[in-house]
Amino acid sequence: MKTSIYSIKFFGLLLTCLLTINVFANQSNEQAQQDDGRVSTPSEIEEYILHHLKDSHGFHLVSYTNDAGERVHVGFPLPVIVYGNDGFTTFMSSEFHHDSEGKVIVEKNGSRFVNYHSKIYELEEGATELVFDEAHHPVNASKPLDLSITKSVFGILVVGLLMLWWFSSLARQYKKRSIPKGFGRVLEPLVIYVRDEIARPNIGEKKYRKFTGYLLTVFFFIWILNLIGLTPLGFNVTGQIAVTAALAVLTLIIYVFSGNKDFWGHIFWMPGVPILIRPILAVIELVGTLIIKPFSLLVRLFANISAGHIILMSLIAIMINLKADLTPVGSTALSFVLSLFISVIELLVAFLQAYIFTMLSALFIGMAVAEHDHDHEHDAHGNEIPDAEDIRENFI
Amino acid sequence: METLLNDFSPGLFMMQTVLLIVLILLMVKFAWKPILNSLNEREEGIQGALDAAEKAKLEMANLQADNERLLQEARTEREAMLKEAREIKTKMISDAKEEAKEEADKMITQAQGAIESEKKAAIAEMKATVATLSLEIAEKVVKSELSDNGKQMKLVNEMLSDAKLN
Repeated sequence: MKTSIYSIKFFGLLLTCLLTINVFANQSNEQAQQDDGRVSTPSEIEEYILHHLKDSHGFHLVSYTNDAGERVHVGFPLPVIVYGNDGFTTFMSSEFHHDSEGKVIVEKNGSRFVNYHSKIYELEEGATELVFDEAHHPVNASKPLDLSITKSVFGILVVGLLMLWWFSSLARQYKKRSIPKGFGRVLEPLVIYVRDEIARPNIGEKKYRKFTGYLLTVFFFIWILNLIGLTPLGFNVTGQIAVTAALAVLTLIIYVFSGNKDFWGHIFWMPGVPILIRPILAVIELVGTLIIKPFSLLVRLFANISAGHIILMSLIAIMINLKADLTPVGSTALSFVLSLFISVIELLVAFLQAYIFTMLSALFIGMAVAEHDHDHEHDAHGNEIPDAEDIRENFI
Repeated sequence: METLLNDFSPGLFMMQTVLLIVLILLMVKFAWKPILNSLNEREEGIQGALDAAEKAKLEMANLQADNERLLQEARTEREAMLKEAREIKTKMISDAKEEAKEEADKMITQAQGAIESEKKAAIAEMKATVATLSLEIAEKVVKSELSDNGKQMKLVNEMLSDAKLN
């Protein structure tokens, strides 16, 4: 019964999306396009790939040329929210009419905005066109703070809602029965996996509970976003450096603020080494803790996901690039086989990167809260349970 | 590096930070806390059930040992009782035998006594009779002697032959 209600809700949502897409498609249909938007040369492919890797202000699914020779873009607009010289301004991204070359000027509340390579610029007084200097910085425009619901923010919202829906329904199931049914049966082992394989061994039996909520959220957030990035919807959220930076900074904040006396003691005044070396070590440790660790987190995730997207799209581009050499069928087959192969690898990478990010976050937190009593806990069989300190020793 | 910095969008960073924090708080409140609590409860329940089963097994073994012990005790007791009964039986039989013997002895003695006294009484009576007879004989002898000597002798002979008959 409940499932059917959810299905109805889901179909309602889907229908709304489809309607919006249609409306949007019609709008763009009316707009005459000088550039037909086809991607056929290597430089266009490169530009297309770079464009995809960036965030965008509209949700673009597919483009085609209709019988009348007009280019039709299917997708839906997203709200643009910018904080510029005149405060907050809001409008729908459809007002740019798919322009990302800074040609279409949107005038709102006395400010004029252009979209240049997926970034919103606010033109200065009297400027009618975006002008760049040699270093490719705009000379007559400023960058407003862009708080738009971009494609990435939209993806984050969708994943957030999905997670809330899935896991809160799993949580509700436990009120009725101790073993969940349906999709909850899939989610439960994953939750247990993160708890028992990531949080518990890295943080330690005593303190893991406090941080498990964060680790679980981050793990599923990254994993689902990575997976959505592999769908043809074209999300690239975890390949946005701002997103991975926010995740890494949050981990940094958590382990800096939960670090105990031993942790800071080991950073500033490392015991067991000659006094003269201690200040040097302090600098190294401090840089390592505050900069290198979060930087490694943010770059690893960003680079892996971006690389995956670039490789996958390049392999798909074989279809176009080798069309002349291998005939259309040959190039399509080659591209299909290669991109299928890399897609499977990327499926693994999607999980692996989520795992590594969560695992390292847990490890860093574990190092910050580890106690140095070296009084190891024992499990039921009398074997020593390794604590975070041992793992740190092994890790280093 | 410059491209990276250029690609870094402060707006997206802010949105992501805010949304992620909100998501973490909501997930912790509505999902992780109840899920982890339920999982813990369930695991403790399973552990408890296992412990209880182990305990029940131990108790069962104890109970079995108890039963065995009780059975053993009962068996020993039965044996003891049987032995006692056998002893009592033997004793009773021997007692009865002894008593019977005593009684018989007594009866025999009594009978012997009775016989003895009867015999004595008979002998006494016989003696008396003999005496009376003798007296009568003597009387008669005396009487006849007093009349005729021959006759007296004849009488004595007669009487003696009579006396032989006795």
